[in-house]
Amino acid sequence: MAHQAHTDHHDPPNVTNPEHAEHHIVSPVQYAIVFGSLLVGTLITVLAAQVDLPGVLNPVIALAIACTKAMIVILFFMHVKYQSKLIQLTVACGFFTFLVLIMMTLLDYTSRSWGLW
Amino acid sequence: MSTHAVPLDTIVLLPDQATATIPKKNYITAEHGLLSWLLTGDHKRIAMLYLISITFFFFIGGAFAGMIRLELLTPQPDLVSSDTYNKFFTMHGIIMIFLFLVPSVPATLGNFLMPIMLGAKDLAFPKINLLSWYLYLVGGALTLAALILGGVDTGWTFTTPLSTHYLNTHVITAGMAIFVAGFSSIFTGLNFIVTIHRMRAPGMTWFRMPLFCWSHYAASILMVLGTPVLAITLVLVVLERTVGIGVFDPTKGGDPLLFQHLFWFYSHPAVYIMILPGMGVISEVISTFSRKRVFGYTAVAFSSVAIALFGFFVWAHHMFIMGVSNYSALVFSLLTMLVAVPSAIKIFNWAFTLHKGSITFETPMLYAFGFMGLFTIGGLTGVFLGSLGMDIHLTETYFIVAHFHFVMVGGMLMAFLAGVHFWWPKMTGRMYPESLSKLAAVTTFIGFNLTFLPQFILGYLGMPRRYHAYPQEFQVLNVLSTAGATVLGIGYMLPLLYLGWSLKYGAIAGDNPWQATGLEWQIQSPPLTENFTEIPIVDYEAYDYEWLEKKQKEQVTTVG
Amino acid sequence: MPHETAVHEPHEHIFVPQHRHHFETEEQQREAGSFGMWLFLLTEIMFFGGLFFAYLLYRNWYYPAFVVASNQLNVKEGAINTAVLITSGFFMALGVYYAEVRNRKMLVWMLIFTTIFGCAFLGVKVDEYHEKYEKHHIPGASFSIHDFVNPPIDQKTGLPTEKALAPDMAQHTEIFFFLYFAMTGMHALHMIIGIGLLAWLIWRSNRGDFTDGYVAPIENFGLYWHFVDIVWLFLFPLLYLINRHPMK
Repeated sequence: MAHQAHTDHHDPPNVTNPEHAEHHIVSPVQYAIVFGSLLVGTLITVLAAQVDLPGVLNPVIALAIACTKAMIVILFFMHVKYQSKLIQLTVACGFFTFLVLIMMTLLDYTSRSWGLW
Repeated sequence: MSTHAVPLDTIVLLPDQATATIPKKNYITAEHGLLSWLLTGDHKRIAMLYLISITFFFFIGGAFAGMIRLELLTPQPDLVSSDTYNKFFTMHGIIMIFLFLVPSVPATLGNFLMPIMLGAKDLAFPKINLLSWYLYLVGGALTLAALILGGVDTGWTFTTPLSTHYLNTHVITAGMAIFVAGFSSIFTGLNFIVTIHRMRAPGMTWFRMPLFCWSHYAASILMVLGTPVLAITLVLVVLERTVGIGVFDPTKGGDPLLFQHLFWFYSHPAVYIMILPGMGVISEVISTFSRKRVFGYTAVAFSSVAIALFGFFVWAHHMFIMGVSNYSALVFSLLTMLVAVPSAIKIFNWAFTLHKGSITFETPMLYAFGFMGLFTIGGLTGVFLGSLGMDIHLTETYFIVAHFHFVMVGGMLMAFLAGVHFWWPKMTGRMYPESLSKLAAVTTFIGFNLTFLPQFILGYLGMPRRYHAYPQEFQVLNVLSTAGATVLGIGYMLPLLYLGWSLKYGAIAGDNPWQATGLEWQIQSPPLTENFTEIPIVDYEAYDYEWLEKKQKEQVTTVG
Repeated sequence: MPHETAVHEPHEHIFVPQHRHHFETEEQQREAGSFGMWLFLLTEIMFFGGLFFAYLLYRNWYYPAFVVASNQLNVKEGAINTAVLITSGFFMALGVYYAEVRNRKMLVWMLIFTTIFGCAFLGVKVDEYHEKYEKHHIPGASFSIHDFVNPPIDQKTGLPTEKALAPDMAQHTEIFFFLYFAMTGMHALHMIIGIGLLAWLIWRSNRGDFTDGYVAPIENFGLYWHFVDIVWLFLFPLLYLINRHPMK
């Protein structure tokens, strides 16, 4: 493949650019689908908030919808679906560290002062 | 076995001084004028600008240390009032940590050397590199402003609610200073990560990189992920002080401990940000002065990343007595024990590098030996402190002060000096005077031990930290400590003097006075602005001393 | 719908004028720039992260106060703003597309629409903040818990619109409003900076700077803009929709 030859000539494998992501252009139609989904998601969130669900289901559903929306923005609007493994790993690391902050701090609070004071 | 004659007592090989000259074309002579320095994109020039700036702040921080030790000569609080004393140790801490230790190796040696070690022409984002330096200056200026306006007395840890409700000093200015300096650090780390991932020369695989690069990579991850949490914490403190929103105020329902969780989430990884680059220096120095590749390269490389990863999970060991739950204290204590392991792995690997190496004792190596001993003591005492029962007794005493000075000063500062001496010939083209530098290194070592070993005992006996009065029976140890501090101060002044002297009168160093491996030693001293006349292709492993001997038979080209 | 892939450039280096000399290839420069922007966004995740944790903690501790305080926010305005911001992001994404296919006029229009919707978002926020000011719900000296201790009566039903809170719990509504202003304020600050950058990008796009193969600034700004959008996607349900179910 022309691309492969390009790689070998300039860049011995596993060196400067270990894996090139094909420069993929996301189409406007894909963007429109994501756009629509985001609006629908917003509507669902608002409607779900009007219903009293058992236990902690309300915030769980709200966060689940928010996470889904964030995912499709990241994957499509921000092109991460078509990016190199490095970028994908980087995004994952960011959320991982955020979770470490939340979880490890919660470790303290849940074991001494959780719930209504 | 080496075939060329290497004198047993030194590996230094200088060009013939009668005929040697500094190459006419280099990064210093490339452009002239103040603006060419202030608006430079050249990572080497930025590194030198940083070197001057952090040296300036180091001596200011050192002056505060001198004042602290002066007060502590006598048990009575007779030199200054308690408020003033509080300002001394606060300014000492803030300046030394944020304006000296955090940028010390990365911003100077890291900036200068990383692109060269990787075979690149510059860092990924030269303009952001320059921005980093300006942000550092703004942070420094704000700190000086806070100082001149009257100082801060919260302790460098800004513990709430003291800092938010009970003090009227310039907390906001100091907070903003650190906020800005934090972004300087973030951008440096960001630059390093991108450079290491995307700008290695052909053939420079991850496992052929010098370990110096691995440690900076790990430290950079911490800089990028940890520092923003400090930033938001400082914003919250400022808002609390100005608007009075109650986020850390118990009377309004806030939790002061929330501040500490957020603060230490950064400030513990910060200590690894500080030490990891120093460890990178030590890897390079020990390898060069034992003429041996670093033992267990892979283990040392992975241990750097492991320290960075584990470092995010242990912060509450700074909060054991602050009111965290027993269960979380237990977990954090266990994790603290684990984080010591990768550091210990490095010490073992360096020791095994020394084993059966051809060891010589030039100044960088003296500092490296000092590092190994003093960091080990500091690290071990850290493990004591990680144990819950011990910590109850030892925390907030001079034991802690001794612990962190052993790792930061006995460890990190010695590593910084080792690095500055080791790469001084590369950065300036000149050698420093060896006997004087050896004297300074030994003086520093003696002064350091005299200053801080007594503090372990003082802490164990119960002398609290951040107090300017103490019981009479502690005086002897305190006097020893102050005496040591004086010796230490002399030890730090000497390099300032002779390194400055060497710029004009030092011996011409040539390209590779240490006969070391590494791409930086294959180019001229001082380097060209673009580092390499042509991008190198790397087909050998790091620390390959056999390859080096083959290459030494060829002439290294300089330009001009 | 078939994906479009870029035409692969011939591999002898065709450098755009904005090529930086320390990069060997165009691709290296673009990948480095994109990676750098992502690292910056990581710092933003951690920056907002501290605020999100504070929210998590105090919502758990003072849930009734948070519920009542949250119901002071206008869901309609919040939902419309969410839609406005999503639309702004949609136009930004299209802007990246048009830059990549080198359509200068469309790129400029997309950036203009992105800006307009961004400004609309900020306008609604100004309105919301103003309402808070009038009701004495801005934390600090002027904060009043009156509405929470004596909730207003609904005209139609004759019943209080909210459960009344005890004074000490009512005081904790101040923490909710502090978090509301801190989080949305920090978000708005990022939007303002973004709009400033958009103005600059529109000017340069109009000159044709980004439709000749050099799309990095548009792409990277797009990443920033979408990230700011994502923060809002979380802020909206967390701040506006804590407990909107009708009172029993």
